[in-house]
Amino acid sequence: MSREEKVSQRELFDKQMKEFEEFVESMKDSLGLPTFPDMKSGALQWYDQRWITTRFVISVEGIKEFFDKLIDGKFVTTKCKSCGELYFPPQKDCPKCRKSDMEWVELSREGELLTYTQINVKPYSFSHYDDYIVGIVRLPEGINVTAWIRADDPSKLQIGMKMRLEIVRRKPENYITYEWVPAEE
Amino acid sequence: MARDVAIVGVGHSRYGVRSDVNIGELAWESISMALEDAGLEQKDIEYFVVSSVGGWSSEYLPAVVIGEYSGLTPKGTARVEAACASGSAAVKLAYDMVASGSVDIATAIGLEKMNESPTPTVVEFIGRAGNYFWEFHNFGLTFPGYYALYATAYMDRYGATEEDLCLAAVKNHYYGARNPKAHFQKEVTLEKCMSSRYIAWPLKLYDCSPITDGSSAVILASGEVARELTDTPVWIEAIGHASDTANLSKRDDFTYLRAARLAAEQAYMQAGILDGYEMYKYFDVAEVHDCFTIAEVMAYEDLRFSKPGEGYKMLRDGETYIGGKIPVNLSGGLKAKGHPIGATGVGMVAELTNQLLQRVEKDRQAPIEKGRAIAHNVGGTGHYAYVTILSLDRPRG
Repeated sequence: MSREEKVSQRELFDKQMKEFEEFVESMKDSLGLPTFPDMKSGALQWYDQRWITTRFVISVEGIKEFFDKLIDGKFVTTKCKSCGELYFPPQKDCPKCRKSDMEWVELSREGELLTYTQINVKPYSFSHYDDYIVGIVRLPEGINVTAWIRADDPSKLQIGMKMRLEIVRRKPENYITYEWVPAEE
Repeated sequence: MARDVAIVGVGHSRYGVRSDVNIGELAWESISMALEDAGLEQKDIEYFVVSSVGGWSSEYLPAVVIGEYSGLTPKGTARVEAACASGSAAVKLAYDMVASGSVDIATAIGLEKMNESPTPTVVEFIGRAGNYFWEFHNFGLTFPGYYALYATAYMDRYGATEEDLCLAAVKNHYYGARNPKAHFQKEVTLEKCMSSRYIAWPLKLYDCSPITDGSSAVILASGEVARELTDTPVWIEAIGHASDTANLSKRDDFTYLRAARLAAEQAYMQAGILDGYEMYKYFDVAEVHDCFTIAEVMAYEDLRFSKPGEGYKMLRDGETYIGGKIPVNLSGGLKAKGHPIGATGVGMVAELTNQLLQRVEKDRQAPIEKGRAIAHNVGGTGHYAYVTILSLDRPRG
C-alpha cells in the first residue's frame, strides 16, 4: 500500500461508525425506534440516543514552572529543599518530609533505555497517528522518564542503549512536549 | 478477634459478548445461582458489595441497579473499584464485614458490561488506567502497551521468547475449550498465536485477554452460620493486598509486579506457609491474572511457584497443566475465559470454590489432595494486587 493510500485507524473507525449510525437511522425511520439486531447474536439492541463528549480541565498551577521552562527548551523538575528528594513528574508537595518547599532543578538530557513498546492498536484519541514507540529511560539521577521514542530504525532499539531527550512540538495538536531519540542519531 | 469466614454459595455467568442481556439481567444470572447454591433468599443477605469499573457502560450506579433488579434492595451496598482487581477488593470488603461481626452474611457481586461501547473507546478507557496526564495524555499508552513494557524488559533480562509467552495462551485456551462458561471455547496452536498480529509489540493478539461481558457472585458467611447452611463450606484462609505507583516510570524494575509479590508474601504469612520458591506445593490449583501472557509468567514468580526469571520455564515444561507441579487457570484464565474487569476477581474465587468442591467439568478438574487453592488478581498494570487463599479446612479449627 502506498503512503498516499494509507488510512489511519481513526478514519477506518469513523467510517464504520458512520455506516452503523446510518443503518440505525434507517431502522428508526421504518420502525420508529433506534433498535437493531446484533450482527453476531441477533439479540435486539437499543442504540443510545443521548451522548456526551468528555474533555477535562486539569490544574497545572502547582507545577507551572515545568511548562514555563519547557517553552525555553529546558527540562526541569522539583527537588525538596528540606530532604533533597527528587521528583519526576514534578510535584508541588513532598510527601516524604511533608513539606511543600520545592526548588526547580534541571535534569540530565541523556539516559539509558529501560524498556519500550510499539503501540499498534491505538486508543481512539491516538488513532490518527501511525504506530508509535513508547519507552522508559533512566537518567543518571535515578529518575525514569516515559516518552515517545523517535527512531529511524525501530529494530535497532536495544535495552541499555543511550538515549537523548529532545523538546519538540507534537503534531498535529501542536503543543510542546518531549521525546527520546537514540543518542547517536 | 476476627471470625472465620466461609464461602457458602457461588454463581458465575457465561462470559463473552453478552449482547443478549442488560446489566441487571447479567448480574442476576450469578446472583440467582449463588442464592440457590447457598440455599438462601435475598432477605438473608445483609450487605452486598458490587465490583464494577464501568465508564464503557450505561449505568453509572451499577450497585443500586443490580440491587433493584435482583431484589436485594434495601440492603446496604457500595460499588468498589480496584481496576481489574475490583472483584478481589469486593471479596475482601465482604470478608471483613463478616469477620468483624458487622454482619453474618454478605455477598460480593462482580459485573462488567464492556461491549456497550465500541472497541476503540474501551481501549481508550483502559489506557487511561495509570497516570492520565504523564502517561496517557502525552504518550497514548494502552493496557497491552503497559504490559508490553514489562514483556520487553523481562525477555531481555531472562532470555524468554515470544514463543514462551504464547505457551500460556495455548494452555489457557486448552482449558477454556473445556469450560462452557468461557468467552473463547476453542484451542489455539502455538503457530496461530505466533502468527497473530501485534497489538503492542512484542505482545500479539493471542497474548491478550479479550473485551468481555460477565458477572460472578460469592456469598460469605460467618463460621457458625456457614456450619448451619452447608456441609461443604470453603474457607477464606488469607487475603494479601498491596498497591504500586500509578505512573509506571516511578518503578525500579519491569520484570516483576511488586504489588503482587507483596500481596503474595502477606497472604502466605497469614496462612503461615511462607518458605522458598516452591510455594506451589501447598496448593492443588491456582487462578492467576493472565490479562496478558507475560502477566501469567510474572504471576508464577511473584507467587513464588518458581525463582525470579524462571517462570517461563514452567510453561516450557508443561508444569502448569493438570499433572504438573500445579495446574494454573483451569477455567481458561482471563485469556480464554475472558476478563470482564470487575467480575474477574469474584469469578476466580467462584471457580476455585468449585474446583475445591470437585464440581467443575471432569476434563478440567484438578485433583484435590491438599485442600487448598490460590487466586492471584492484579489491578491495572500491577497498580493493585490481591492474593486470596481458600481452604477446605477451617483456619482456626
